[in-house]
Parts: sequence; C-alpha cells; structure tokens
Amino acid sequence: MIDHISRRLLLGSAAGLLAVSALPHVTYAQAGGKRLIVAADSEPRQLNPAIVASNGVFFIASKVIEPLAEAGYDGLTPLLATGWQGSDDGLSITFTLREGVTWHDGTPFTSADVAFSALEVWKPLQNIGREVFANLDTVETPDPLTAVFRFSRPTPLQLIENALPVVSSVLPRHLYAGTDIRENPANARLVGTGPFTFAEHKPGEYYLLKKNPAYWNRDQPLVDEILYRVLADRAAAASSLEAGEVQLAAFSAVPLVDLARIGAVEGLEVVTKGYEALTYQLIVEINHRNDYLKNLKVRQAIAHAIDRRFVLDAVFLGYAAEATGPVPATATAFHTPDVTLYGFDVEKANALLDEAGFPRGADGTRFGLTLLPAPYFNETRQFGDYLRQALAAVGIDAKIVSNDSAAHQKAVYTDHAFDLAIAPTVFRGDPAISTTILVRSGIPAGVGFSNQGGYANPAIDALIDEALVTLDPARRVALYHDFQKKVTEDLPLINVADWTFTSVASDRLENIAANPRWAVSNWADLGLAD
Amino acid sequence: MPRLFRLILRRLIGSIPVLLIVLVGTFFLLNAASGDAVDAYLGSIGGGDAALAESLRRDYGLDGSPLARLWFYLVRLAQGDMGWSVALNRPIGALIVERLPATLWLMGSATAVSFLAGSALGVVAGRRPGSLADRLLSTGSLALYSVPSFWFGLVLAVVFAVQLRWFPVSGLETLASGKTGLARARDVAWHLALPVAALGMIYLALFLRMMRAGMAEAWRRDFTLAARARGLSDRRITLNHVARNALLPLVTMLGLQAAGMLGGSVVIESIFAIPGFGRLAQEAVAGRDAPLLMGIILTSAGVVVAANLGVDLVYGLLDPRVGSGAGGGND
Repeated sequence: MIDHISRRLLLGSAAGLLAVSALPHVTYAQAGGKRLIVAADSEPRQLNPAIVASNGVFFIASKVIEPLAEAGYDGLTPLLATGWQGSDDGLSITFTLREGVTWHDGTPFTSADVAFSALEVWKPLQNIGREVFANLDTVETPDPLTAVFRFSRPTPLQLIENALPVVSSVLPRHLYAGTDIRENPANARLVGTGPFTFAEHKPGEYYLLKKNPAYWNRDQPLVDEILYRVLADRAAAASSLEAGEVQLAAFSAVPLVDLARIGAVEGLEVVTKGYEALTYQLIVEINHRNDYLKNLKVRQAIAHAIDRRFVLDAVFLGYAAEATGPVPATATAFHTPDVTLYGFDVEKANALLDEAGFPRGADGTRFGLTLLPAPYFNETRQFGDYLRQALAAVGIDAKIVSNDSAAHQKAVYTDHAFDLAIAPTVFRGDPAISTTILVRSGIPAGVGFSNQGGYANPAIDALIDEALVTLDPARRVALYHDFQKKVTEDLPLINVADWTFTSVASDRLENIAANPRWAVSNWADLGLAD
Repeated sequence: MPRLFRLILRRLIGSIPVLLIVLVGTFFLLNAASGDAVDAYLGSIGGGDAALAESLRRDYGLDGSPLARLWFYLVRLAQGDMGWSVALNRPIGALIVERLPATLWLMGSATAVSFLAGSALGVVAGRRPGSLADRLLSTGSLALYSVPSFWFGLVLAVVFAVQLRWFPVSGLETLASGKTGLARARDVAWHLALPVAALGMIYLALFLRMMRAGMAEAWRRDFTLAARARGLSDRRITLNHVARNALLPLVTMLGLQAAGMLGGSVVIESIFAIPGFGRLAQEAVAGRDAPLLMGIILTSAGVVVAANLGVDLVYGLLDPRVGSGAGGGND
C-alpha cells in the first residue's frame, strides 16, 4: 500500500513538474499567433531611413516608412509613386503619387510630404541622397498628387530610378517641418505610410511593429506583428532558430560555416535569394602614394597572385562569385564581362615584379607593405590572412594591422595610414551611387568607402563626369562599360569577389525573397502559415 | 547604528580615489587608440563625409583636447550627469538604469542559489568526511569547478533549450507578452533558470568545497569537543557549532567573488541574449563609446563595493565579534 501510494505520488509530482515546465510553452505559442519573430543583430542609433540609408536601418524602418518605389526582379515596383516621367532635357522628373494613402496618425499623404523630404532631408542630410540629389533645385507641387523635381543640371532618369528604393523614403512633413530633423523624436518612434506601424522599442530586447489596418493596399499586410528580437550573438541567433523561438534570421546572421547544419534542421531552410540588389564587393584598396604600388606592374602582379577560386571556396564556402571588375555581374544592366582579367598565375606575378625592378632580396623578400583588413565581416578578415600568404608567395611581405572599426575608418579614410586595405563595399543599383566614388580623384580626406588611396586618372574622371549628365540610358550604359574596362586595365583597386547575404527561415514563411532587396523591403506580402 | 553608518561612509569615501584612477586610466587608454565613436558610427552606416563627421564630433563634445574632454566629463560626473552615449544616442544614466537590473537579477539569483545549495551540500559532505556522500559530492564539485561557465552555458542551452525545449534559449522574459504580477515573475524565473545554472554552478562547487573543508576543520576544534562532552545531539552540533563556524569563510568569499560574478555574467548574458550590463559594455567597446564605457565601469565598481559592504554586514551578524567591537579570543 505504502509502495503504491509513493509511486503514485512520485508519478503525480513528475507530471506536475512537467506541466509546470510546459505551461509557459503554451502561453508562448499563443502569444505567437500571426506574430513573426525575426533576429536583429544590432540596434541602429537612429531609425530614420530618410536620414541614414543603410541596411541596418532599412531592415526595420522599411516596414514602416516607404520609398516612392521598390526594386523588383523586372524593374521597379511602384509604392508611394505610381508613375514618373523625365523631361527630354533631363532637367525635371514628374512623379504621380498614389491616391488614398494616409500616414499612421491619420493625416493624408500628399506631394507636400515628398517635396519636404526631398529638399529638407534627402538632399541636405542623407548619406546617399547628398550625392544623388546634389543638383536638385526645387520640387513643385501643382496638386496634392503630383511632385515635379527640377534639377540645375541634366540628370539621368536612369540614375534617379535606380536610386529610388534607397534614397526616397518619405517622411510626414507635418511632424518634421520646423523642427531639428536630426533630433526629432519621430526618428525613434517612426510614423510612415507602410504596412506596419511602429509599436514599441525596448532597448536591448526588441522592436515591435504592428499591422497597419489602414494600409493603402487593403489586402495587406498578411501578418499581424513583426517582433525584431535583438540577438547580437550569432550563436544565440542560430540556437533561437533551432528552438523555434525565431522564424527568420536575415543578413547572414547565421555564419556560413553553420549553414549546412542549420539547413538540415527540420522546418528550417537556407535562402540565398532576395539580396541581388545588395551586392557586396570584396576589394583590395590600394594606396597610390606608396612608391611600389603606384607602379602598374606591381598592381598587376598582386592581382595575378590572388587565387579567386580558392577565396570563393575557402573564405566564402561557395556563397560568392568571382569578381571581374568594379560592377558586379548581378547588376545585369551595367555589367560587362569584356574587361581585362587577372587569372591566378604566380609565375607571371613574379615576372611582373622583376620587370618592375623589385627583385627578391637575400631573404626572398622584395619589399614590405602594411595590410589593413576591414573588421566588418569575418570574410574580410579571413581574406586578409589569405592575401598575406598569397603576397608572401611572390616575395611581398605584408604586415597585417587589425583594427576595430573606429581605428580602421580613421587609418584608411582619414589618415591614409595604409598600403593595402580590404574593404566590403556595396553596389547600390547604379555605378553613379557608390562605385565611381571608389576611383574618382579629388575626394577629400574623411569620406569613408571612397578613393582615399590618392588615385587620379583623368580619363576615368572624364568618363564618370560624362555619365553623370548623359540622359540616354544606352549611351550611359556604354560609358559604364568603358569605365569597367579602364578600371580593370589600370587597377586603381582590385575586385576579388562579389557576395551577398543568406537568410535562414522557417518553412512556414510565405513569399520570402520576393524582390532583390527583400530583407530591406516592406514585407507587406509576407505570410506566416499556421 | 552609527558604527554601521561610519563603516558605509568610510567604504564609500575610500572607493573614490580608486574610481578616479580607474576612470582617468580608462579615458586615456581609450584616447590612445586611433579613431573615435564618430568613426565607428560612420563605418557602421557605410560612410559619410568630413563635414558630417565634424558636426557629429562637435555635437558630442569629441572635438576638444583629451584633457579638456576629461575635465568636462569629470565636472559633469560630479554633478551626477554621466553624459550622452554616441553609439546609442541616449543619455548614459538612463541606459544604465535600464540595463543594470537584468544583470543584478542574474548575479543575485546565481549568488543565492549557489550559496544556499553549495553550503547545504557542503554540510552534507562535511558532516561525515570520507563517507560515500562526501566522496560523491567532492568529486562532483571538482568536476563542476573545472568546467568554464560559458561552456556549461552552451551545453545547457543546447540540451535543455534547443533539444528538449524545456526552457527558452534566450532573453529575460517572453517579449511583448503583456504579462504582469505573478505570471511575469514565473516567466522571468523560467527564463533565468539556465543562465543562473550556468553562472552559479562554478560558485556552487566552490562553496561546497569550502564548506566541506571548513566543517572538516571545525570537527577537530575544541568547541566541538566541548559540545560533544556536554552531550548535545549530533544534529545540533553540526548545525549550530560546526556549520556556523565553517560558514564564515564562505561569506568572505561571497564578497571576493562579486567582481568575478559580474565578469562571468557578461559572458552568460551574451550566450543567453540577456539585455544586461555585459551586452551594454560590449556595445560601448564596439562603438568606441568612451563615456558609456566609463559609466559602466563606474557602476560596476559601485556594485562590487556594495556587494562587499553587504558581505561585511552579514559577517557582522554571523560573527558578533565583528559587529560588537569586542576583541579576539573565543567567547
């Protein structure tokens, strides 16, 4: 009898314990509902995409604040603008705006908001808009649904179109006009026209977005809430996915080495699409003030010393493509394969260095250089280690200087205290936006991710200038083909690989990777199956 | 309690020069490195021009000489203002007030669990030195003590959160759940279970071993023999005489370990994604945010000083000789 009772008691308590541990599980699942939980690796210091156009800001803000148009796999998708027309002289572009759009606080969206954003925010304050809208003079608003951009110099419609997804996030004029725009509280508590409204930010923990019931597309969005869980540690992001606590980790939050394992977990899939318009370029920046490096033969030798195939396999584990020049192959409109290529050839590299007049010394070394890999990605650091070895094979003794981001920025882009640097630059849809700045002469010190190596080539500068005012799209593309040829011939920098991100997602997610900027688009059509 | 008040005041005043030296040292070390918070920020957003950098430096008071900036910082600190974080664009005082509780919860729970369980198991082991229970506990604690807490944390997370799914992988509570009162307390306890186990285990082992050693020692002392001679029960001798005396070194250790515990919680916070002080420190270092890092160091020092003060007070309660001002000698 006693045995019987104690066994029952034992079983009972075990069941009770299980029930207690299971209980919070149940509430957790209920709280989920149509809540999508996403891993976020950082918290931007401000969230306004009209001021800071960067992937970290867009990742959250693009669901709340919309641009005039979004990138699609077949051209632009209209968002706040339904159409746009450039004048023949290239001096104006007329945008037709969407009807029936309201801000999250109920105020109607009009052309005044677009005019205000363009003149008061994108042009003077935004990191990328400053370049793109440098020649924007005025924005006329003949009626609430028309905005006419007038430029002081002919401006290619193609350039503006390519820039729209990145630079044209529209802000509510009624909340910003007459305030210190940089310090406006709405930069932290966003008010937009997008499919989701900003609900809450608990620093260090999460951002919560809620469905906008008055979204202009009445059938969207498809999920009720998006919760961005701040998971700075990559291992924590991976285990949260495995445990089912997070349904999506974008921007390669799961390291490449873990992808094979995570991809095999039931209910999870690795997605490599949806980042085509966010191509990163692994480049070797060169300080042309260095006597060795100003010699073209030395630059050619370095280009020949790099085994790109090995870099793709060993550093990127296959998740990257061999670069041919300054425009990645993913930019199909602009890319040309007809450029000077530098195959892996150690013998040729050695011969070039001998020809250049830098023979090996008694210790086998020709000369020494400092090499500064940017600290932003594992891949840039790993490539730094590889490059040091590759250079040693041709008699160049590269000394790696590892810095944190603050010291790296200052050393390379302000002090020019480097010989070679490794940078992860971004191709943003049009060579005029972020690529030509890498080789254009006369960039003042202190401009990050720009030509700080002091390279100057009048022929390349002339091409860049001409393309900036060339209105005919075909002619413009031809100029950029020429640009790629000249850059690969003269090697102001060396393009090694083009890569982009991966996502790991629950297979319950529907419509992922629906456009080439998917992670930073508005997710209005993103579904979550039960 | 004027004596108690004097003790606290003396400790606080005593810690000021130490803190000043640490602050000035940290400040100059951070300044010795090339680049600043504005460089780190511009790097994170994909660049910006020199004019923007200059205006940001002016706004955040990063443009003067290091000495002028240090003076400015210390003057403001004396007025109770810890300054503004460049990396996170918020007042540092508010950031610290927001993040400290999570770390204190983690540290406090881990300390309580490891101290209570460690000393209790130490009593069991030390009650009959050489017994089976003693050998099992001693070996087990040695094994636990040899395991680094970050590794233990990872194993706990993989087994109990990822595989078995009994506990959450990360966080301090279910996010945006709207829970209040008892439900919230239970939710927090459920989330804290694994990190507390990971952080506390090494201290549990330490306390167990110390308690056991202290008891083995106390069994041989005169007062134990006297108690036996008086015919007191074994249980009473164990708890009132042996264990009580063996507990004193543990309490001392509790204070000494406060700094270590704070350091350990930094690692555990990162594994379990707990939005505490450790994570804040990580962000401050990555963003080269000198004022934020200094605020964190200052507060951490405050936590350690407070923990030691608390230990001294508890010690006084356990050993009346400390509190009463009476001299040495057995009473």
